[in-house]
Amino acid sequence: MAEVNVIKVSKQYGESRALDDVSIRFAEGGLYGLLGPSGSGKTTLLRMIAGFVFPDSGQIRIDDQPVERLPVERREIGMVFQNYALFPNMNVADNVAFGLSVRHVDKSEIKRRVGEVLDLVQLGSLHARRINQLSGGQRQRVALARAIVTRPRVLLLDEPLSALDKSLRVDMQVELRRIQRDVAITTVFVTHDQEEALTLSDRVGILRDGRLIQEGTARELYDQPASEFAATFLGDANILNGRLETGGMRINDGSLIRFGSRSAVSSQTKCAVRPEKIVLQRATGEATPSVHNRLTAQVAHHVFAGVNTTYMLDWCGQRLKVHVQNSGEDLIPVGSQVTLSWSPDSTILVH
Amino acid sequence: MKQDNTIGSIKLDLPDVSNTPHTPRPRTWSVGAALGAIGYGYVVVMIGFLYLPILVMALMSANASPLYELPFHFTTHWYQALAEDGVLKAAAFRSIEIALWTTLLSTVLGVMASLAFFRYDFAGKRFLQAMLFPPMAIPWLITGTAMLIFFFAIGIGRGLHAILLGHVALALPYVIIVVGARLRTFSPELELAARSLGASGWQITWRVTLPAIAPGVVAGALFAFAVSFDQFVVSYFLSDPGETTLPVEIYSAIRKGFTPEINAISTIIIVVSMGTMLIVSRLYRFGGEQ
Repeated sequence: MAEVNVIKVSKQYGESRALDDVSIRFAEGGLYGLLGPSGSGKTTLLRMIAGFVFPDSGQIRIDDQPVERLPVERREIGMVFQNYALFPNMNVADNVAFGLSVRHVDKSEIKRRVGEVLDLVQLGSLHARRINQLSGGQRQRVALARAIVTRPRVLLLDEPLSALDKSLRVDMQVELRRIQRDVAITTVFVTHDQEEALTLSDRVGILRDGRLIQEGTARELYDQPASEFAATFLGDANILNGRLETGGMRINDGSLIRFGSRSAVSSQTKCAVRPEKIVLQRATGEATPSVHNRLTAQVAHHVFAGVNTTYMLDWCGQRLKVHVQNSGEDLIPVGSQVTLSWSPDSTILVH
Repeated sequence: MKQDNTIGSIKLDLPDVSNTPHTPRPRTWSVGAALGAIGYGYVVVMIGFLYLPILVMALMSANASPLYELPFHFTTHWYQALAEDGVLKAAAFRSIEIALWTTLLSTVLGVMASLAFFRYDFAGKRFLQAMLFPPMAIPWLITGTAMLIFFFAIGIGRGLHAILLGHVALALPYVIIVVGARLRTFSPELELAARSLGASGWQITWRVTLPAIAPGVVAGALFAFAVSFDQFVVSYFLSDPGETTLPVEIYSAIRKGFTPEINAISTIIIVVSMGTMLIVSRLYRFGGEQ
């Protein structure tokens, strides 16, 4: 158990900047997701915390002790690899025992701790199985057990669920949370799956091109993304260009979009609106006065998906997207004029 | 009955199949079975081609006539004569000793080299890997000459030590290539995982990497043994007249006159080497899992 502090870390691979001045703190016992597209530097950051990669500059502190020059085998971390990297020549118990036996822990002590951790991941009955006799979900659990049995200061997971089937993935998400809470080891995982990041983690860091774009709780990142990239990478968003004026943002069609008091106004030139926050109505021609923001657009097409319907709308040469919950009303036909309205609080100013 | 191939006024250009009698497929004969029989026959002939000379030699080693005359009269005379032939026996033990040392040295060095190629990127790595192949293609006659000249030039000279050096040099590329092929099926993540669990370099090599590539190491060691034990040309060039290996000794014995003793020792060698191969192939399926 330990706090991990990454301070102004950079890493260059030839011409490309894998990490560019990244600072992020992982509080003790928390579960953190690093989210980003491929090439964003998230895996480099994970491997740097592990000790497989050393930073060109900057510091990594575990429990306030600088470790950035410490090789992985002396860093006391636990790591779960994307394809689990279980030792094929050993059975389940020997795989889990490996980290203890290379530390020359007592045989009876090894047996006890391996048994304990296998029970924790609910694999107690499979301790003598060979690795090639296990299912994907079981391998995942063995890999996790092997990583936590040494009681590491930090647990690192590289795309932990990506090798599993969709249905198994949801189960393992729940399991992973339970086990992480149980052992209370500071945990950092890497994913490119936004849903995984939102559902699994206490806090999420979004990376892009080697930079940390934004960091916060899933709720914060979803409700108040700071940039267009954050808004569109984590969930869907309609982006409207404009310029700030007193009282709102003047957008392309001339209307003034108001925003809530939570928005931190600086020099933003765009605002974002989540598709599910917009209310859609057939245009009646008369504008009832309201505090809500309003736009008029035309239905281009719609996609019925059971729970909700997604409308694609033409507005000022741009496509807007609106999710309407299915409450039994008829679909608005393609070509109809519609009014979009949303609360100023749902307007997010972004860079 | 003639089929009407017209639809409206359009004549369809279809082959007329209505009058063709339906030929029943013969039950006892087909092209596939014929090819199968030919293939089977081919394999039988090939095996015969490979093993008949050896079988004849083995039979003659137990035939009483020194002139290979039939009818066959069983005797163990030639094996007894072999047991009393100090020169051949000494050469055989020398050969085995050199082959074992060659196996040990070239396997250890070769595995180390393969691991270095596998784990590290360094300047000239590709060049070094490419340079492993030419020595296997260069005729041994030339390699042997070159080694003789080189060993004399740097003061190593001739003798068993020179033969051992030569054999290790010949066997190394085989070991590196065979072990390297096995390593290509080994995920580098396993070594990373072992490191993340706190294992030292030695622990990783002994407990993770070597067990996983063991079949490749055994295969490489067998190659090394075979290269050394079979080696004639290089041994011939590098040996001192009085003290040489079995193949060279057999060669000089044949020059003096072919005795069934040679058949006897050859038969022993074949039985031992085939037995070893069978045992090893039972233990390991090369390239596959244990």
